[in-house]
Amino acid sequence: MENRKIRVLIAKPGLDGHDRGAKVIARSLRDAGMEVIYTGLRQTPEMIVEAALQEDVDVVGLSILSGAHMALTPRVIELMHENGLDDIKIIIGGIIPDEDVPALKSMGVSEVFGPGTNTDDIVKHIRTVVSV
Amino acid sequence: MLKTSPETLVSQLLAGNRRALARTITAVENETPESVEILKALYPHTGRAYTVGITGAPGTGKSCLVTTLAQHLRQHHKTVGIIAVDPTSPFTGGAVLGDRFRMRDLSGDAGVFIRSMASRGQLGGLARTTYDVMRVMDAAGFDIVIIETVGAGQNEVEIVKAADTTIVVEAPGLGDDIQAIKAGILEIADILVVNKADNPMVQNTVRALKAMLDLGHRQRTVAHHGQLMVQTDSSGAPEYDFREVPIIQTVAINGQGVPELAEAIESHRAYLAESGIRQDRHRARLQSELVVRLKEILLKKLLDSVPDETLDDVVESLLARQMDPISAVQFLLAHQM
Repeated sequence: MENRKIRVLIAKPGLDGHDRGAKVIARSLRDAGMEVIYTGLRQTPEMIVEAALQEDVDVVGLSILSGAHMALTPRVIELMHENGLDDIKIIIGGIIPDEDVPALKSMGVSEVFGPGTNTDDIVKHIRTVVSV
Repeated sequence: MLKTSPETLVSQLLAGNRRALARTITAVENETPESVEILKALYPHTGRAYTVGITGAPGTGKSCLVTTLAQHLRQHHKTVGIIAVDPTSPFTGGAVLGDRFRMRDLSGDAGVFIRSMASRGQLGGLARTTYDVMRVMDAAGFDIVIIETVGAGQNEVEIVKAADTTIVVEAPGLGDDIQAIKAGILEIADILVVNKADNPMVQNTVRALKAMLDLGHRQRTVAHHGQLMVQTDSSGAPEYDFREVPIIQTVAINGQGVPELAEAIESHRAYLAESGIRQDRHRARLQSELVVRLKEILLKKLLDSVPDETLDDVVESLLARQMDPISAVQFLLAHQM
């Protein structure tokens, strides 16, 4: 009778102008049978962590195009930790320079997906890191 | 994922821990084995919250209305739990839950808790477990629990089984007076809202709804060949059967009409209490829930007791027209272990 679904929050922290990429990801995760909570543009780290807590998601996907990823990501991770949400995996997409990827991963980010990523790879990654 | 024991989860939830509330909802939604114990333990703490259902066609502004209504209730120091249901794909089982996107103005308020739910294949506008999730929020101590249904067409009326007050949201330009007299979603409204009332078409919608409602009054005025005929219902039905359904005009994005809506909810609540209808409804609801749960268990027991081969044989004889479905059921009932 048990009916478990992978739940993913897709959010855009900061002041990005558009959310086309985030919508593409939301849609492809939906097509992979996941439940995607879509919160859209201009979210603060506080809003994102509150939503992750209330929705009890397995994964938080942050889409950042603005270049502020090195400021926003640590804040999200810090708030997640304060709220006892360390078991939630964080993935990042958007415009992230290669040289920042190791630093993001050492903060606790599970994976970074740049432009041109095959959406199947994102689905595969989520299925690997989330134990269902 | 559920590392905490059900007992700890329940006591944390009752103490107001929001993480415990979120995880409890997940367990209930996933119908885990632990959720059975959790729901049993929470039941004595339920029955206190007032539940408001919001339904209506996709795009009528339900999520925005929930947001401004919740803001209004917060100004009056009520805590609010929100359950927002969106559809699950019948093809992949996935879902995009986008109601929360419109509820961003509620974030950062510890008196509000929003949970998105996918319908997970259930028809009728709610998920199978929405009623149980509502109970969890009730036990967590919210004064008001608002349930927003899947964008509903004409037949998604499950919400009346969960809500004390059901609000049906309409918007200008969606239908004429024939739509308004059809059976279904408009019948279940305790309050009708015409949202997007800044649209010039709004008076047409209000007029069609009013005409529909007038036909159900004890004293109805019917326009006939240019004359107004007054008819009085003499069936002897009690007066409360003829409660007038208010039509409230709102503009959800700026909060216009929301205080009037909150007032209408309050007055419906008082009406349900004074007439004793709320108690009657709760009794009927619990009875039907009991029957549904019994059905599920009995069916499972029966199917478990019939060997797969027997079931296959019966299906084959149906296919070969050697047996009819009614006799097949009788056969299975007679041969259960």
